[in-house]
Amino acid sequence: MPSELVYQYFRQAKLPHIWCPGCGHGILMKDVVTAVDNLGLDRGKVCIVSGIGCSSRAAGYMDFDTIHTTHGRAIAFATGIKLANPELTVIVITGDGDASAIGGNHLIHACRRNIDLTVVVFNNNIYGMTGGQYSPTTPTGDFGTTAPYGNIDNSFDLPDLARSAGATYTGRGTAFHVPQTIKLIENGIKNKGLSLIDCMSVCPTYYGRKNKKGSAVDMMKWQRDNAVDYKKAQTMTEEELKGKLIIGEMYHKEMPEYTAEYQKLIERVGGAK
Amino acid sequence: MAYKRFALLQGNEACVEGAIAAGMRFYSGYPITPSTEIAENSAVRLPQVGGKFIQMEDEIGGIAAAIGASVAGVKAMTATSGPGFSLKQENIGYAAMAEIPLVVVDVQRSGPSTGLPTSPSQGDVMQTRWGTHGDHPIIVVSPSSVQETYNLTVRAFNLSEKYHTPVILMMDEIVGHLREGVELIPAEELEIVNREWWPERERARHPYRMEPGQLVPKMTPFGGGVGYNITGLSHDGEGFPTNSNEKTAELMNRLFDKINKNLDDIVTYEEQNLDDAEIAVVTFGGAARSVMGAIDKARSMGMKVGMFRPITVWPFPEEQVRALAKKVKHILVVEHNNGQLVLEVERLAGGSCPVSLLGRMDGSVIKPDEIVEKLKEVSK
Amino acid sequence: MANVKKKLCVKPEWCKGCGICVAFCPKQTLKLVKQKITIADPDSCIACGMCEMRCPDYAIWLEKEAE
Repeated sequence: MPSELVYQYFRQAKLPHIWCPGCGHGILMKDVVTAVDNLGLDRGKVCIVSGIGCSSRAAGYMDFDTIHTTHGRAIAFATGIKLANPELTVIVITGDGDASAIGGNHLIHACRRNIDLTVVVFNNNIYGMTGGQYSPTTPTGDFGTTAPYGNIDNSFDLPDLARSAGATYTGRGTAFHVPQTIKLIENGIKNKGLSLIDCMSVCPTYYGRKNKKGSAVDMMKWQRDNAVDYKKAQTMTEEELKGKLIIGEMYHKEMPEYTAEYQKLIERVGGAK
Repeated sequence: MAYKRFALLQGNEACVEGAIAAGMRFYSGYPITPSTEIAENSAVRLPQVGGKFIQMEDEIGGIAAAIGASVAGVKAMTATSGPGFSLKQENIGYAAMAEIPLVVVDVQRSGPSTGLPTSPSQGDVMQTRWGTHGDHPIIVVSPSSVQETYNLTVRAFNLSEKYHTPVILMMDEIVGHLREGVELIPAEELEIVNREWWPERERARHPYRMEPGQLVPKMTPFGGGVGYNITGLSHDGEGFPTNSNEKTAELMNRLFDKINKNLDDIVTYEEQNLDDAEIAVVTFGGAARSVMGAIDKARSMGMKVGMFRPITVWPFPEEQVRALAKKVKHILVVEHNNGQLVLEVERLAGGSCPVSLLGRMDGSVIKPDEIVEKLKEVSK
Repeated sequence: MANVKKKLCVKPEWCKGCGICVAFCPKQTLKLVKQKITIADPDSCIACGMCEMRCPDYAIWLEKEAE
C-alpha cells in the first residue's frame, strides 16, 4: 500500500503511470489531489477533465469522475459540464500545446466568460507524446524535433494570456516548488471564476535532451535556483530578470461568474423551478 | 410563454420545440446559416424552462460543450450547417466511441466550402455517415416537413439516450426554413426515453462492462459520486485505455452490434403508392416534397409511380430497398447532390432493376415537373 | 498529543530510477541500486518528507506510526 493520499485518490491498479522517468507530471498530479484534499472537497462532486497529450493522461489515474477528451477541447467539454451542473468542482488538466495551441480559442473564451473552472496546465515546453516538437511555450531559440535550427516563434506567457483574456485568478508553480504549487491550485479552486495555474513541469526525455538541460534532477535544480517570486520580480529590472522564472500568485480579482450569472438570467425570465 | 398546441413554425423552430419536449435542457453552438434559428430559439426558450444555452467560441466548442453537458446528465444538442458540420466531425467520433448521448443537427446547405450558404442542398448524406474518421456506427434521421421535424427531433433524443450514441438530425435548408402548421405534442403525450444507470456504486464504477445480452452502457451522470473514467481512446470494460487488439475488437463489435441488432427499432421509412408501382422514387428530406407533387401529377397521367422515403437514412433501410428493387421495374433516386444516396440504392438493387439519378448541385430546388419529365424518360 | 513517529517506506516496483529523491534528500539516506530506490542508511532519515514530496512516481513516502 502506498501513502495514504496516493491510496485514497489514485486508481491503484493503473499505477505506475506511463510518464517517463523524472517527468514532473507525476509531482504535479499529486499536487492537484493534495489541493483537493486540503480543501476538504466532496470528491463525488469533483470532475477532472483533460485533453490529449502527456498531461492529459492524468485523468485516468485520478479516482474522481474523469473524462479524457479530444485534443485541445478539454476546456470546452468542461464548460458544458460546469454549466450543466454548476454544483460540480471542475478541474481541467491540460498541457501547453493542448491548452494554448490547438485549444487556445477555448482557453481565451473560457477566461472571457470567467466560468468557474480551474485550469491546471502541466507545462513542459514541448509536445512530449508525439516526441518533442516545439510548442507555444517553447522559449525562442530552443530546440525541438520541428525546430531543428532553433525555435524562431515567440512564446506565450500563459498566466499573462489568461489574465488579459479575463481570468480572475492566475499564477505559476513548478514541479520543484510543491507546497507553493499546491497552494496556488487550492486558491484557484476556491476562486469563483476562471483560474489558470501554469505549472512548470520538467521533461528530461524530450525538452531536456534536445536542449542540453541535463537530467530531471538538473532541471528541478534549475527551477529551484532560478525561480523568483512574482512580488519580488516587480522590483527587479528586465536585466535582472533575464533567464529567471517568475512564480507565485500573479492575479486575483473578484468578478461575476458565468454560471451564477446564467442562473440569474433563468430567474429573470421565469425559468427557475 | 403560454403554451399553444398548434403553431405556424419554421422547421428550425419546430426542431427546438421538439427538443425541449424531448427533455433538451442544454444547447451549445455557433451561429451558421441556415441553422441559426435553432440557436436563436434555443437561446430564448431554454432559460424559460430552466435549461442552459451557451454560444460557444466556435463549432468545435459547440459540440464539445454539448458532450460535456450530456456527461453531466443533461440532454444536449448542437446544430450547424455545412462548414460547421465539417468542424464537428472529430467530436462526433468521440461521442460515438465514448458512447455519449447527443443530438447534432445538420441543416444542409450547398457546398463544398462556404458554397451557397442560403441555398438548399443534400450534399452531406455521406458526411453524416462517414464524416468522422475511423469505423463507427451512427444514426441519422431526416425529416421532410415541419411536423416531422418536431417528431423526429424527439425521436433523435430518444434514440441517442437509448443507444448511447450521437444521433444526427439531417435537415436541409428547404425544411429548416419552411413554415408550416405544426402540432406541438406535449411531452406527457410523447414517448420519452431517459438514460439509465446502475444503482449500486460498485457496479456503476464499470459502466462499459456488459452483462450477458447487454449492448448499451449505463453511465451515471458526472457528480453522482461514482468515480469512473471516460476516454476516446480504445478502452476496456472499465473505461480505461487499452492497446489490446482483443479488447478493441470487443468494443468495436459491440458499438456496431448495438445498432445493427436493433434495426427493427431504429430504421423507419415511408412508402407511398408502392402497391402497384412500376417505378419507385427513392428520396429523402426536403426533396421528398417535390417528389410527392410529381407522383400526384404522374399518377394523373396514368404512370404507376410510388415513393420510398428513408426517414432513418443511416442505418439505411437495406432490406426494404433490396426487396423494392425486386418488385419494381425501375428506381429513380431524387436528391439535391451529385449522387450520394443513389450509390447505396445501386448497391442494394444489385442489378435487380435499373437505378437512375435525378441530382442537383446548383443550389436550386428540383421541381415536380422536372421529376415528371425524368419519370417519362425512364419509363420509356 | 500522542507522539507521532514517521517511518520511511518504499515501493521499488513503482520506482523509475529518476534519482530526484536521492538528489533532494538532505541526509544522504537514499541510494539507487540497479535504478531502483533503496534506503541505504535508514538511521540518518530525519523524516523531512522531501523525497515523498518530489517523487513523481509515488514510490517513496513517510508513514505515520503512533508510538
